[in-house]
Amino acid sequence: MNLLAFARGPALTVALAVFVFGVAWRLLSLLLLPWARDLAVARATAPPALVGAVKGFVRHLWPPRPLARGALIVTVNGYVFHLGLAVIVFGLAQHILFLRGLFGVHWPNLPSGVISAVAVVTLASLFVALGRRLTNPVLKLISTSNDYFSWFVTMLPVATGLIAVSHLWAPYETLLAVHMLSVSLLLVWLPFGKLMHAFLVFLTRAETGIVYSRRGAEI
Amino acid sequence: MTSTIDVHAAAQTFLAHTEAHLVSYLEACVHCGLCAEACHFYQASGNPEHTPAYKLFPIAQAYRRQKFPLAWLGLAPRIDADDLKHWETLLFDTCTLCGRCTTACPMGIDIASIVTGARRAFVAAGLGPADLLAAADSSREHGSPLGLTAQKLRERIEWLADEHGVPIALDKAKADVLLTVSSVEMMKYPESVVAMAKLLNHAGVDWTFSSKGYEATNFGYLSGKSDIAKLMVERIVDAAQSVGARTVVVPECGHAFGVLRWTAANMLGRPLPFAVLHISEFLAQLKRAGKLELTPLKESITYHDPCQISRRGGAARDARYLLEDFAEDFREMTPTGNLNWCCGGGGGVQAIARAADLRYKVFKIKMDQVEQTGAQTMVSSCSNCRLTMDESKAHWKWEGGLASLVELVADHLVEETKPAV
Repeated sequence: MNLLAFARGPALTVALAVFVFGVAWRLLSLLLLPWARDLAVARATAPPALVGAVKGFVRHLWPPRPLARGALIVTVNGYVFHLGLAVIVFGLAQHILFLRGLFGVHWPNLPSGVISAVAVVTLASLFVALGRRLTNPVLKLISTSNDYFSWFVTMLPVATGLIAVSHLWAPYETLLAVHMLSVSLLLVWLPFGKLMHAFLVFLTRAETGIVYSRRGAEI
Repeated sequence: MTSTIDVHAAAQTFLAHTEAHLVSYLEACVHCGLCAEACHFYQASGNPEHTPAYKLFPIAQAYRRQKFPLAWLGLAPRIDADDLKHWETLLFDTCTLCGRCTTACPMGIDIASIVTGARRAFVAAGLGPADLLAAADSSREHGSPLGLTAQKLRERIEWLADEHGVPIALDKAKADVLLTVSSVEMMKYPESVVAMAKLLNHAGVDWTFSSKGYEATNFGYLSGKSDIAKLMVERIVDAAQSVGARTVVVPECGHAFGVLRWTAANMLGRPLPFAVLHISEFLAQLKRAGKLELTPLKESITYHDPCQISRRGGAARDARYLLEDFAEDFREMTPTGNLNWCCGGGGGVQAIARAADLRYKVFKIKMDQVEQTGAQTMVSSCSNCRLTMDESKAHWKWEGGLASLVELVADHLVEETKPAV
């Protein structure tokens, strides 16, 4: 079995399995914890919990105006690489083919030139994030190996993907294999490190939204 | 010294309270640092350790070592007594539980609720600022953090009623409304108590204080001593039940309101047998019912939103409703309402002597805000904010005026139109 066959075959299968079971395990171990019922009587004007949850999610999409100036670079940069990653994952023809194989659904792709440009911007944005983490005194203090490793496994598929489509340095098959292995690494790590926030964000924003909407507060 | 710190007890205490939402909050932090932007302590000191997310580190580590699905790998660093000692200052002195950090958090993490849990853990480990803990102990022993015993309450109420010629009801057999008091007011701002009595009498409310349960502040909660927190709530519940009160009114104290209104039922494990209203909400109700007639307030004022009443309490609008058509020159600060900057002394920080310098620094943010409005007086509806601001004002020899919302309203009451019942 050559490297590409390994990357496409057993490596990816195992990675996907770890990803699915890991995420399920993390979410279940969280959701099966006791949920304390809030016994404080909600305000008469409080919306239903679902509305509070949605409001909580929407409110935290962007920092409130008085804070937005200080938070602007981090927020905009955060959006750039998150959206960039989404465009790359769901816009490139090869990715859509791959996802079609997994889920059976497909959609129109974006031109590969556009994806490459987005990937370059995304990569640059990820390096801006890393640069801030390494230099800003607050971020330096609160960053752990989890943050740096999570950054690394996120950056790697973007970089290896760009190199693969550029046919640089090595045969395409090898580059593709390396790219796919980097994706496997990302999938395996995601449930266990901070990248799990991709799922937890829905939970935490909703929880806060519910707690404070019961109080008639907007936080 | 450090050998007396029980790290294991800290972890167990925190983990015993880990409900799903606390755990998801701990697991979700992406270490983006935006909470520092929102925190008055970080903004005032510039010290990265004052970043709210950093304050949660020992608790997050304890959780990772023991309860996290991957804890068996033993990858999370072990916390030792020195770590806890170091974080004690961060968790007690540099967090007012004001919740401003949550507004900035892209994950929407309610950091203040974790800090509250962390304080309980630290107290279980034998840590916590001595003066804050003493305030809690005094509440248990004497009924109040400032030594306001039932006997002293009686004496002061008698003296105030006599001095001001205002009837102040104490220990009536039955009443619709149980009024509570913050001992800060009774000892330092007694006019505030007179003002409440005057307003309630004026509106014809059937109310009383009770010597069974009068202290609204809950230093048990703020200091992490859950048993005292619960005891303070039980005293008020007993008092309210014995007079048959359907409403308990909390005086000008933000945390007292936050704890009794939004946490007490969860401490007791059952809903409270009465409604809880902050005095500003209660006065707003009276105004809506046409029971408050006021002469206009001419001087320029601005309103300081106490964190637990506005941002975390949902009552920001009622204070403004009270000021509407009353304060003729009302100027909002920027930012205001739910995004208001904290006084620097909430969450028990006011009771911690070693935190004074930091509180003063934080108050500079407030001073700048008020000066930008050009208002003569900053009005608040929290006596703890007021005490913090009074002390900071003296420290900086600041000339801005400070006032209480309830006192202002009481001072402008048109008394002859609605005789007391």
